[in-house]
Amino acid sequence: MVILQSPAVRIALSVAIATGLYGLSFGALSVAAGLDLLQTMALSLLLFSGGSQFAFIGVIAGGGSGLSAMSAAALLGIRNGVYGMQINVLLRPARWRKLPAAHLTIDESVATATGQTDPDEQRRGFWAAGIGVFVLWNLFTLVGALAGNAMGDPARWGLDGAAVAAFLGLLWPRIRTREPAAIAVVCAVVTLIAVPLVPAGVPILIAAVVAAALGLAGLGPATEGLEPDVEPYPSGPARGGA
Amino acid sequence: MNLWGWILLACAVSVATKFAGYLVPAKLLDNPRMLRVAGSLTIGLLAALTAVNAFASGQQLVVDARVVALLAAAVALRLRAPFLAVVAVGALAAGVARLLGAA
Repeated sequence: MVILQSPAVRIALSVAIATGLYGLSFGALSVAAGLDLLQTMALSLLLFSGGSQFAFIGVIAGGGSGLSAMSAAALLGIRNGVYGMQINVLLRPARWRKLPAAHLTIDESVATATGQTDPDEQRRGFWAAGIGVFVLWNLFTLVGALAGNAMGDPARWGLDGAAVAAFLGLLWPRIRTREPAAIAVVCAVVTLIAVPLVPAGVPILIAAVVAAALGLAGLGPATEGLEPDVEPYPSGPARGGA
Repeated sequence: MNLWGWILLACAVSVATKFAGYLVPAKLLDNPRMLRVAGSLTIGLLAALTAVNAFASGQQLVVDARVVALLAAAVALRLRAPFLAVVAVGALAAGVARLLGAA
């Protein structure tokens, strides 16, 4: 098939498989946080942004309110708006394609598209990664949620430890240099100081305000933190390893 | 509002945010301050979520098996393990720590 000879499509498929698989952990952690199967699937189908979905269930699991969970998810999703601007300039999608393109605008599809130089390959990469991740992410969310339901008490299986690892795993690729690492440490410390003082969920929003203030003050290079959380092109010259 | 309401609102906000990026003029991209804020927000929120999930229990700070999961995940990431392996290592570490008597 000619489409499989496209380098962008092949990259997109491997990204889709890797990312889709970690929908397993989202599904299991979501039901452990107390969401039911339909609510878990609603997040994967309609919200469809891994970081924001983990943020939503992370706040709920910690006893936070729905408002705090929604706010954390919304703030973490702001980078998708920035990605949207980039893809709109890069691919110039026709008017009727903008809504589906917007829904598929996530770390993985943007990383796959922007890693290509040929406009046709950029377009193929974006759609292949976006659709591929969407299908597999939702499929594995379902499997994870069903497995999570069957597992019962989350603490017994170390699922609370899995949540900690998941958030650190999402953060890790974004803190390769000193300034973003400093932002991360400051925000983590502020959060922990706030935990005993304000209702659950609110410390995360306080940390968001601090992070925004640090960004406004001009800390860190302009695009730090906006690197997608996958590396479709690990040998690319633009990225230094840790 | 019940949990369903907040879930659907979060979904609506997510789609609106993504779509907004396709409607604004590309000139906004040239604003480095805006990009910085979006980037530091992402880092700050993920760091805060990591901290809360590792150390908070309601409104109390506790040190329990989750700390072992945090350290084990950091080691796995350092060794460049893929995301799913990192998550599995975290679960395993917390589970083993509890077997060995951690809270």
